[in-house]
Amino acid sequence: MGHARSSRRHILRLGAAAGGGLLARGRGLAAEGPRSLGAPLGSYGERSPFEKAVRFTRPSKTPETGSSFTPIQDSLGTITPSALHYERHHGGIPTIDPAAHRLVVHGMVERPLSFSMADLRRLPTVTRTLVLECGGNSAGEWNAPGADVQRSYGMVSGSEWTGVPLALVLSEVGVKPGASWVIAEGGDACRMMRSIPLDKALQDSLLAYGQNGEAMRPAQGYPLRLINPGWEGNANVKWLQSLRLTAQPYMARDETSKYSDLMPDGRTRIFSFMMEAKSVITFPSGGQQLPGPGLYELTGLAWSGQGFIDRVEITLDGGRTWQQATLQEPRLPIALTRFRLPWRFDGHEAVIASRAVDETGYVQPTREALVAARGTNSIYHYNGIKFWRVGADGAVTHVGA
Amino acid sequence: MWGREHPAGRPEGLRTRAGWCGFLILLPPIAALCGVPLSSQAPTYGVGRPPTPDELRALGSAIAPDGTGLPPGAGSVADGRLVFAAQCARCHGPGGEGDIGAKLVGGLGTLRSPKPLKTVGSFWPYATTLWDYVNRAMPFDKPGALTPSEVYAAAAFILNLNGIIGETDVMDARTLPAVRMPNRDGFVPDARPDTGVPSRAAPSAR
Repeated sequence: MGHARSSRRHILRLGAAAGGGLLARGRGLAAEGPRSLGAPLGSYGERSPFEKAVRFTRPSKTPETGSSFTPIQDSLGTITPSALHYERHHGGIPTIDPAAHRLVVHGMVERPLSFSMADLRRLPTVTRTLVLECGGNSAGEWNAPGADVQRSYGMVSGSEWTGVPLALVLSEVGVKPGASWVIAEGGDACRMMRSIPLDKALQDSLLAYGQNGEAMRPAQGYPLRLINPGWEGNANVKWLQSLRLTAQPYMARDETSKYSDLMPDGRTRIFSFMMEAKSVITFPSGGQQLPGPGLYELTGLAWSGQGFIDRVEITLDGGRTWQQATLQEPRLPIALTRFRLPWRFDGHEAVIASRAVDETGYVQPTREALVAARGTNSIYHYNGIKFWRVGADGAVTHVGA
Repeated sequence: MWGREHPAGRPEGLRTRAGWCGFLILLPPIAALCGVPLSSQAPTYGVGRPPTPDELRALGSAIAPDGTGLPPGAGSVADGRLVFAAQCARCHGPGGEGDIGAKLVGGLGTLRSPKPLKTVGSFWPYATTLWDYVNRAMPFDKPGALTPSEVYAAAAFILNLNGIIGETDVMDARTLPAVRMPNRDGFVPDARPDTGVPSRAAPSAR
């Protein structure tokens, strides 16, 4: 566990090897003699064969219901490549022909309408860069902090989404007085369903079809998904085919039995959609190996379902003192925010962590504070501070409970 | 707590705002000046068309906790025993004890314990959710294969396994929403922020 999945580590190794003239296939700067031509042009690009970052797929008895985790330890900048976006599916990834797909908006509306994808693409669009995090990201941290950042914090991704404001489509159908919820259903095998408050739909929900400059990937809901900025991934219903306006939530399985938070008193919080501020150091992080003492750039990602990241604080001494990291600008609300801090590793053990503060003043809590407030059985919405231990030998491990 | 209890079949627009709706109809220019509710906006782009009966049928059922959306049909516990054995037991075990699929029975009284067992019987607040979920998502490898009566029957069997309904009870659109689930009152609104707010956060070491 926690071994060598990091291309960062790979690069460090390459760097160490460079002095020995061991660059891949002998094509380094020192290569001599006639040069052969490179590959011809291509119609749809592939990444370099030297790049190995992949999602980690959690083993599942039913692979169609699994989850996969973005390799955020290898992430550069603030956008997650669509091919590495985390996944959580409940009935497999459907293959949907966009020419045949319809979105039906019905229920308590003046004019029930069925939209083709061409209809939706005729409507005015907006583009927003947003973080998307699974409500169950970091669920393991409640009981046993995870060994590496991908498996413990990797059900989070950042994308640029393009689509139609849901409010615009709702004005096309005319919402009847008394409607207060939108029941969203997907076109996957299990027809995943969630109840969304109408207020959210009118505020900033998107009917998205574009992701990172192209049509979204099938695993992300192709051809159409709901995007509810700042809310748990499951409420961003993929393969969207039905929006039903109602005067009550439908108490779907995935908002009662799942994605709800069981408290120590036996009561369960429901409709806890919003993902609170969170951050994690991705380098150095568990499973990585520093080649030795020296100057490094410590870096990681922060985000908040409530808006901008105001600041990220770093501790290098196990939480005794904190200093501010530099945030990559421009910062965007409800989006992955990259933080960085130059750090000289002097060969002594260091216990490091990041703590995000968002524009509301909300401070990312410790694991202990979360457990004190919610116990260890609520599964979802974990956003605690994550500590890593950099050993004197440069080996990075997690700090247990 | 979550909205009006019985919206089905009610002419919402007329009854809930009857007092001023008529006024708006008579004086649309004033309505425009006063801030027009979404409902009275005319479509602007004119895209989309009314859904066809086939499209609405293809969307299938979605069931509200008051039973809105439940189709005709009925199923007894005895019927459900057969449906369950044929369609559900392979993953959930012959008695709903769980295997590849979730455990469906037991757990009553465990929600406050260090090892809570969340099942249909101990945790789910509404029996309608059971019908809705079985109908939309089960059997796992061929969802949509069950008839409405088979779904009623499977729900009846699972509710009976949990001791929530009797051996001779029959589930249909009238009886299912009336079933009182043990954890019906166990759900509360989101209480966050419960950490991380300045007054309650641990003192900063900055």
